[in-house]
Amino acid sequence: MGCGMGKSELRLKKCDRVTISVPGKHQFYSNMSLHLCFNLLQKKVRLTQITSAISIHFTTLCEAATAIRAALLIQRWYRQYVARLEVRRRCTWNIFQSIEYAGEQDQIKLYNFFGFLMQHFTPASSERNLISHIFRENEICHQAEWERYFCCESVEVPNSYAGPHLTFPMTFCGVSKLVEAFKHKQLLHARYVLQLLGETWRLLRILTNISHVSTCHTKEITICGTQQQTLRGHTLLLFFVIHSFDYQHFLHSSPGDLHGHLEDLLLIFYKNGLPSSEKPYVFNGDFVDRGKNSLEILLILFGFLLVYPNDVHLNRGNHEDHIVNMRYGFTKEVLCKYRVHGKKILKLLQKIFSWLPLATVIDHKVLVVHGGISDTTDLDTIARVDRHKYVSALRPPKTTHYAVNDTEASGPVEARRRVCSLTHHSSPPPQRYNLSRRSLHNLPTSCQHSWSVEEELKRRRRLAGFDQSYGELQRSDSDPECGATAQTDEHEWKQIVDLLWSDPMPQNGCVPNEVRGGGCYWGPDVTEEVLGRHNLQLLIRSHECKQDGYEFCHNRRVLTIFSASNYYEVGSNRGAYIRMGPDLVPHFIQYQASRACRELTLRQSVGWTERSALRALREQLFVHKSDLISAFQEFDPNNTGMISLRHWASATESVLKLGLPWRVLRPQLVSSTHYSMVDYQQWIRELSITEPKLEISDTSILETMYKNHSNLETIFRIIDTDHSGSISFEEFRQTWKLLSSHLKTEISDEVIADLAQSIDFNKDGSIDINEFMEAFRLVDLSAHI
Amino acid sequence: MTIKPVVDKQHNSSSSTVVPLPSNHPAAVRPNMDTRESAEATEADVHRKIRKAFQAFDYEADNTVDVREIGTIIYSLGCFPSQKDLHDFIAEVEEDHTGYIHLDKFLPAMTKVLLEKKFLPIPENRLLQAFKILDKGTKGYLETEEMTKYMTQEGEPLTQEEVEEMLTALADTEKNHIYYKDVISQLTIDPDI
Repeated sequence: MGCGMGKSELRLKKCDRVTISVPGKHQFYSNMSLHLCFNLLQKKVRLTQITSAISIHFTTLCEAATAIRAALLIQRWYRQYVARLEVRRRCTWNIFQSIEYAGEQDQIKLYNFFGFLMQHFTPASSERNLISHIFRENEICHQAEWERYFCCESVEVPNSYAGPHLTFPMTFCGVSKLVEAFKHKQLLHARYVLQLLGETWRLLRILTNISHVSTCHTKEITICGTQQQTLRGHTLLLFFVIHSFDYQHFLHSSPGDLHGHLEDLLLIFYKNGLPSSEKPYVFNGDFVDRGKNSLEILLILFGFLLVYPNDVHLNRGNHEDHIVNMRYGFTKEVLCKYRVHGKKILKLLQKIFSWLPLATVIDHKVLVVHGGISDTTDLDTIARVDRHKYVSALRPPKTTHYAVNDTEASGPVEARRRVCSLTHHSSPPPQRYNLSRRSLHNLPTSCQHSWSVEEELKRRRRLAGFDQSYGELQRSDSDPECGATAQTDEHEWKQIVDLLWSDPMPQNGCVPNEVRGGGCYWGPDVTEEVLGRHNLQLLIRSHECKQDGYEFCHNRRVLTIFSASNYYEVGSNRGAYIRMGPDLVPHFIQYQASRACRELTLRQSVGWTERSALRALREQLFVHKSDLISAFQEFDPNNTGMISLRHWASATESVLKLGLPWRVLRPQLVSSTHYSMVDYQQWIRELSITEPKLEISDTSILETMYKNHSNLETIFRIIDTDHSGSISFEEFRQTWKLLSSHLKTEISDEVIADLAQSIDFNKDGSIDINEFMEAFRLVDLSAHI
Repeated sequence: MTIKPVVDKQHNSSSSTVVPLPSNHPAAVRPNMDTRESAEATEADVHRKIRKAFQAFDYEADNTVDVREIGTIIYSLGCFPSQKDLHDFIAEVEEDHTGYIHLDKFLPAMTKVLLEKKFLPIPENRLLQAFKILDKGTKGYLETEEMTKYMTQEGEPLTQEEVEEMLTALADTEKNHIYYKDVISQLTIDPDI
């Protein structure tokens, strides 16, 4: 057609490929040309004008079509980009979770090990004193004596004290004063701390195991869990957050990051209002550990509890446990803040934790617990137990069964590790425990001790200076109970552990929670059965971090609520809390804490979180250097120094056992590959992220220490019974001996002595725990942070 | 014998530099395999890749994923389907409107996609061209209103939320302009999986 192809020629070509059909195109053009011809005849329009008019039409048409096509392209590209970010985000999440779970397992393993030792010690053994420290309760057994012990009358408050003065009984003004004081970073005097805790203890003792709440009088109840804080300090210590999650302190935060968790807490107060009889709250456990203000949070919670005992309800979480606290930082926090009275405060807290109620039921219809349930969960049993007997979930009431950890090399199911749990004794047969007992008498080989044997054991242990309480019986009358009680105790203990440690799973059934090492995984069928049996309609729990702050599962019969936003990193997730009225329909309020993060793009927040996760991962890789090299060398028999990506991935997984998608992570961990091969020696060298601060002859021990520094710290704190912060050389040596038998490695005495010498920086014959830990803190020097 | 380095920036394998191997390098033996073997090896690799991506979203470990995740999975394998392409693909593999897709159907369909190189990635220069087309005044940037209009009204529209996120990511906050040249290089350099 002869209509001015000039400029529009190119455009026309583009039009050819457009799939968008323009109806009546030809019709249009033919009409057009007719029209123009007519005009031409009629108005003598110039040909060039016609040409340009038509070409403009063409152009416009093509332009529009092209624009659409361009927009399509951009949309496609953008969606792809966002999807890739999403995958990265999930990946990062998995990294955090895997490392976290691995840490939890570590702790359980350690405790299993101690339990095993407890069973098999000899009175003559030099480790005896050491181990007895671990499980020893205080000598004072009776309530009245405890009261005297905790009495704070003698604690003087000096005139120079500038902090808040509390009077009892506690009033709303008192708590507000407390909140204000903490806002201004003041420290409450030990006397008032003891008083407040003492009052709390007295109150908790009269509360029942299961709190019953009714919404009929008040409008709405708010449900949250107190949130442990990450050391990074982005956590929201939400008053309301239920979620509490152990977060490995492999993130080394700079203290300057902490803008005060209390400010976050106060923000929530501001948003939702303070607790009162018009505004009841349920706090679902895990109030402490990891952050710098755990104690202040506790004091505020307890303060409100004292003022509104009918409207503030606290549930115990798995971190309300003094043994867990030793590992995760709360113990340290208290001892640092209260050098003189810290030990007493910790002891009192230990009591308080054991007296915290275990669950809350709202309107007989909604159950709120920290962890979850199991197929054997029975609220009637739970209502009846003497909950304070179970001081720590990690100390079972009997010493018979400990499934000593024996990790089988089964393939990771959903990237989970196999660790024998505390409560479920699975594969290892009884024969395993039939080791040569160097104890006082010969016992039958089976694990099921008959009563008389058990009684005999107990008697002898008591004679040997052992405390009878392995969490077992702490009654004021010390007569031994009949055998049936021992059985009941274990059953009760399992009920409690299940409430505090379990997690839901998508499949039916109920299996031991081998990832955490305590409690179980329960399925939708168990939810139906348990809720049905108790005539309940909803289970609200925390214990697990969720990206949107909350998550339903099991056909919306189980609700996980998680109130700490930015839990892993700024922008990592939202927090939420629940408000619930008489209709028992949960309403969620979600938020993301810092102002800064609201402005972050998805990419930035994924980026930041990812960087933290990768840093943590690199640390893990670093501490496993020698094992990694050995594993790589197995795939490289000719010693070329290179292995394929596939082998790299499988070797790394076999060493770290984190169940991560290594090939996916590879670009961020390995900077360059040569035609899909990895130069592993170079890569290991690149991983080097710290300078050793100690000069010792045997550097292989360093790696062991790095790998186990959490365990070490735990052991040290246990040994340091007077909480002085230092231990003697001899204790240090014993610790190492213990640890090496736990790890089944050989560490010679000379090496230990060498190490001890070098750590004793001030050469005074004792080792400062904090300095020791600092020496082994890993600092990531990698270039691309 | 020399081996030609594969330089394909857009295809997703790795963002690292690739150097040609000397012929005595252990990995250099690969081209000596006969074509049938190499074809099989490729297909096995592809299967492996697909399985890995699939499993990342298979939360119940029963070889099914929620149909809503399919897009993400396909994207994560380096493909750039349009929404229409996605719908067609899903129609092929979905299990009778259960909302789930089983690996048994996904694997062959996705293998075909990868081996036939459907849904190819968008080369940077075409992307740039696309932006230039929208930027009618050839200013070198797009106004946020313009961008929003195009993204939400033309083609396969983005949702309001998506567009907001996009603007936060791409726009110069002071001037409310999207300097697309910079944006493209910024965003495509992101490490691939």
